[in-house]
Amino acid sequence: MAERMQSCNLSEHNFEQCTKCSICTTVCPVAAVTTDYPGPKQAGPDGERYRLKDPAYYDKALKLCLNCKRCEVACPSGVHIADIIQHARMRATLGKKASLRDTMLANTDLLGTMANLVAPVANATLGLSPTKLVMDSVMAIDKHRTFPAYSRQKFTTWYKRHAAKEQDAYRNHVSYFHGCYVNYNFPKLGQDLVKIMNAVGYGVHLLDKEQCCGVALIANGLYKQAKRQAHTNIDNIRKAVNTDHRTVIATSSSCTFNMRDEYPSMLGIDNADVRDNINLATRFIYNLVDEEKIKLVFKQDYKRRIAYHTACHMQRMGWQLFSIELLRMIPGLDLQVLEQECCGISGTYGFKKENYERSQAIGAALFKSIEEAQVEAVATDCETCKWQIEMSTSLPVENPISVLADALDVEATRQANGIK
Amino acid sequence: MKTSEIYKKEYDVIIVGGGATGAGTARDCALRGLKVLLVERNDYSTGATGRNHGLMHSGARYAVTDGESASECISENMILRRIARHCVEETDGLFITLPEDDLEYQKTFVEACQRAGIRADIIDPEEARRIEPAVNHDLIGAVRVPDAAIDPFRLTVANLLDARMHGAETLNYHEVEGVIINQNRVEGLKLFNKLNGEHVEVRARVVVNAAGIWGQRIAQMAGVNISMFPARGALLIFGHRVNNMVINRCRKPANADILVPDDTVCVIGTTSDRIPIETVDDMRVTREEVDVLLKEGVKIAPSLATTRIIRAYAGVRPLVASDDDPSGRSISRGIVCLDHAKRDGLEGFITITGGKMMTYRLMGEIATNAVCAKLGNTAPCVTASQPLPGSEEDAPSQSDATKRYSFGQRAAIGRHGSLAARIEKDNDIDNALVCECEGVTVGEIKYAVHQLHVHNLVNLRRRTRVGMGTCQGKLCSCRAASLMGEFRNDVKGAQEDLAAFLDERWKGMRPVAWGDTLREAQLTAAIYEGLCGLDMAVNMEGKEDVQ
Repeated sequence: MAERMQSCNLSEHNFEQCTKCSICTTVCPVAAVTTDYPGPKQAGPDGERYRLKDPAYYDKALKLCLNCKRCEVACPSGVHIADIIQHARMRATLGKKASLRDTMLANTDLLGTMANLVAPVANATLGLSPTKLVMDSVMAIDKHRTFPAYSRQKFTTWYKRHAAKEQDAYRNHVSYFHGCYVNYNFPKLGQDLVKIMNAVGYGVHLLDKEQCCGVALIANGLYKQAKRQAHTNIDNIRKAVNTDHRTVIATSSSCTFNMRDEYPSMLGIDNADVRDNINLATRFIYNLVDEEKIKLVFKQDYKRRIAYHTACHMQRMGWQLFSIELLRMIPGLDLQVLEQECCGISGTYGFKKENYERSQAIGAALFKSIEEAQVEAVATDCETCKWQIEMSTSLPVENPISVLADALDVEATRQANGIK
Repeated sequence: MKTSEIYKKEYDVIIVGGGATGAGTARDCALRGLKVLLVERNDYSTGATGRNHGLMHSGARYAVTDGESASECISENMILRRIARHCVEETDGLFITLPEDDLEYQKTFVEACQRAGIRADIIDPEEARRIEPAVNHDLIGAVRVPDAAIDPFRLTVANLLDARMHGAETLNYHEVEGVIINQNRVEGLKLFNKLNGEHVEVRARVVVNAAGIWGQRIAQMAGVNISMFPARGALLIFGHRVNNMVINRCRKPANADILVPDDTVCVIGTTSDRIPIETVDDMRVTREEVDVLLKEGVKIAPSLATTRIIRAYAGVRPLVASDDDPSGRSISRGIVCLDHAKRDGLEGFITITGGKMMTYRLMGEIATNAVCAKLGNTAPCVTASQPLPGSEEDAPSQSDATKRYSFGQRAAIGRHGSLAARIEKDNDIDNALVCECEGVTVGEIKYAVHQLHVHNLVNLRRRTRVGMGTCQGKLCSCRAASLMGEFRNDVKGAQEDLAAFLDERWKGMRPVAWGDTLREAQLTAAIYEGLCGLDMAVNMEGKEDVQ
């Protein structure tokens, strides 16, 4: 009888399902490089039992977690280990004010807005060694880090001036969640996406309103603000999906993962009705090709050697396959898929002085394999992986969408898809 | 002191039984300046002391039926909060009335509590749901009382430590084989050393029988008769806490009506069944007991239905027949102290029994008073005011610890109080976790093995909580066995110990082996038998149960 009454064990984040097999700890990039971090099993399900007894048992070592989610991918019992750790951190920081440094790092869009206005100055200033030294000592932002350069023109400004009015003419439509990086630092990626989507007959639209997805806010404990922004985003995504019947696509794996999975689990925001319609551009395009709804035609003379790096959040979603297979459609591309390893940056984590050495130690194996790969560039779906790899290796890094755009024969593709 | 020297020494008093009562008596005797020896046939706290709820009663549970026990409980409760801080978690308790219970009983209950001097505040059901969200939300009444959680293993060890600091000697794994009597006077005991197979004798002017339910056998060896009435109770341990306050049913005591948050787990119990004295060593939990416990438990806290049960265990309450009624119909739950000189004409022999773990200190005081009366010692009892080792005034507190110590160090402070300062923590190895579920470090294992009389992994578990988490020893037992093998330079012994420990863990898991607990056990078996071949390396056939 008792056995029947206990037909299932329910617990938050499935923490009771943990059988202590420790596989998660063996794949944890942090535990691999430092004894200061007890590993996901102890920090997650084990520590949680103590924290249920008394929140005072919160271990400050949990701050070392990258939230890369590799533990969750490895867990054979479906325990949401990283979520347990993130929630413990959330409970421990509730009501506490984030430091100026963390607030600054987390507010990627605010910083971007200001920097765009004074881009040449900002780029020059942030790059200067005296500035770096001040940031290092006063702000505890590591001096080795270079802030990504700010663009003079925001993506949205470009879009409104040069792309917006043509978009309605297409047969099919998508909404594009560009994210902070495309908007403030690297509009070219957004332009590349518009170029590809237009070539296959899709009009690209912006959401009525978009705010930073908040992945850095969550990581830095600014939950209230993250929640406000998430509500704005989900409301606008909901309108795009339900009223305009458009799938929302993004070019950043972290924005995508955050809006699909962290909104409900970390911020308690119900996105179930639109979650399936928040997609990554590479996956969206791959599926269109796979279902023979569109055709891609590539440049005849295109030839490149590229290595693909799987970002942690890509691995958590299990979507690296779509980016890889999409790139493999390019006949002239020699694609080498790297071992799935964490690059160590984890968004703002690696920017913090206290994490710098650990961050580099975590990425060391990846950097080595990139240097040995004999390729011209690295492709990855995550912008912070890009910064980290560009800083730590001699190679440039591109989003697969940019690689695709570069290889695409736009005219031939338009013809193949019947676009005038 | 070497064991062989203990055998030669003449003691003032020998105490039989290493449960809370024996340890408390040993401490009291030692503090009053007596030369004390305590003997225990297994490990300390293996009997009823280690097989109960871990509930520090306010006495409220006994208020209606047994006012005297209730008064004793509340008085000891307040004392233990002072002297045993590191063993006590001040959770407070609720007595809840469910729709199927009579709300009238609440009035009777509160009045009885007031008569016994127990603070009992009727609170709004809504308030009860707020302060203890795990409680059955259908409750129609709630009373808040000063119940708490207590760790009986730590409590016993702290008493033994203090006894030793005051000159007492203690021997575990020494079983009493006979009582040495000379002209109607008990002069000592014949012992069997289970660790090396030796038969020895120890001598004292007075022997105190504090052997709990097994006290009947000890008395028999001395030729006197005590009628014990063993009442068996089974309990279930859940993998983590669902509640942070003790929750009781506000009704006449019945099956499974108390849920106690103990350390990282919570425990529901108990059943209550009279059993024949011959079966007191059989602690297997039956299917029926598990069913009753869970069925009733979910009424207190519905989430128990979906929470993993990691273990089942049972214990035996040592109830005693009143001396004027040998038939056993009138059974006392109170403390019974028998001076066998007055009762049976046998000098130098005292039995202290009945009572509860909760009142162990008072039992120790009463027994020590009887010993001192015989020996002409007039020193006053100080056990009610002098803190136990670990609980001194300046013992570190949890909140202070948060800032300065690692997780494992904090867990150790939670277990050992100020004695955690004795645990080595100067390097990465000492701070490395052996038991990740319970936060036990290499340093703590060293401390326990070298200073807390640990002979095997089961002993180690009682001193540190190694192997008490949800994996029930899967990871930690191997690491701990390796450390013990290293300390003793005995690999084979460590392997045997490991196999015996895993076997002991499985026994408690077996009655509740379904779902995730079964998956856990299967993984353990796959690792140790399938992968490491431990069952091939160690032949467990015919091995005695490890205690």
